[in-house]
Amino acid sequence: MAVGLPENIFITKLDAAANWARSNSLWPMPFATACCGIELMATAASRHDLARFGAEVMRFSPRQCDLLIVAGRVVMKMLPVLQRIWLQMPEPKWCISMGACACSGGVFDTYAVVQGIDRFIPVDMYVPGCPPRPEQLLQAVMDMQAKVRRTGTIMGREFAIRDMPSGPAPFDSDERYRIEDTRLVQLGGFSAAATSAGRGATRG
Amino acid sequence: MVCLTELQQKFSSEITESHFRDNRRLDVPAAAVLPLLTSLKSDYGFNMLVDLTAVDWLEYDGAPDRFSVIYLLLNVDSGERLAIRVPVNLPDALLPSVYSLWRGADWMEREVWDMFGISFSGHPDLRRILMPEEFDAFPLRKDYPLKGRGERHNFPVITRSGS
Repeated sequence: MAVGLPENIFITKLDAAANWARSNSLWPMPFATACCGIELMATAASRHDLARFGAEVMRFSPRQCDLLIVAGRVVMKMLPVLQRIWLQMPEPKWCISMGACACSGGVFDTYAVVQGIDRFIPVDMYVPGCPPRPEQLLQAVMDMQAKVRRTGTIMGREFAIRDMPSGPAPFDSDERYRIEDTRLVQLGGFSAAATSAGRGATRG
Repeated sequence: MVCLTELQQKFSSEITESHFRDNRRLDVPAAAVLPLLTSLKSDYGFNMLVDLTAVDWLEYDGAPDRFSVIYLLLNVDSGERLAIRVPVNLPDALLPSVYSLWRGADWMEREVWDMFGISFSGHPDLRRILMPEEFDAFPLRKDYPLKGRGERHNFPVITRSGS
């Protein structure tokens, strides 16, 4: 062992060794809910061959994974499941948000679809596209590797500073307005049924 | 072949018939729907309930009722099809369940309850099927905003340092 060298050189080397090992054996957890999942499968298949980057070991148990790939839209009924899977993954772990729906809700701006998973779980890499080509996902995996090599530490200190949500605030002004509107209606003594019946009567 | 005058004599004089292309449709008052459907199944051989769904007519010009519940029936042996349309209004949006006639009505009635808030008396297990249990609105009603009332973003935020 390097006797006589300053201690910090030793620690940096260990970080680099850990980053090298981690970045070349990312084990993805495929959270595939939509058509992005098909592209994810294509990426892992022989033509595009995710194994070239050491990330071919798809595990369907979050306990064995360190890279969450969210491929597809996440609805409000699925979000608690996604959060639970994220919490079940052991450290160190990273997250790729794949496709327009996972990143922002995509075209599905409805009551049931979460408008971007980064509002509720941390995201490291965003892949645009609807769905993205396998090449784009490969690029994201390569960028992910570069990020691990660049910022990783063996004790995961780089994660501690990320204490803010990576996405926008859960409630935008539009949404807040609708919620307050609902609350006013309820405070005024009208149920949704009563107001709609009243509207029907005035129309007729 | 179902005869309209026969049904009118048996069940209700308010039953009316209309056609769209080769579809035959009957408008039936809510009070007559269960005996009529029972008879259609046992006497006329409509042994399959293809679909059970609903329409919200709020702010639709000329619509007399708030909702329509629609039963699509099929006689598997003869190939005859029939659509039954039943008006439903608030505040007591309630119809008799047809689960006893066609088991397939189970989830379809749950879906109509989940999306429109129309309940079915006699259903063995009427609870939400698509939306989470704690959801407290009926999203396919036309007075419900498309983007919801914030339910989709009412979750705890997990940060990277906190996980």
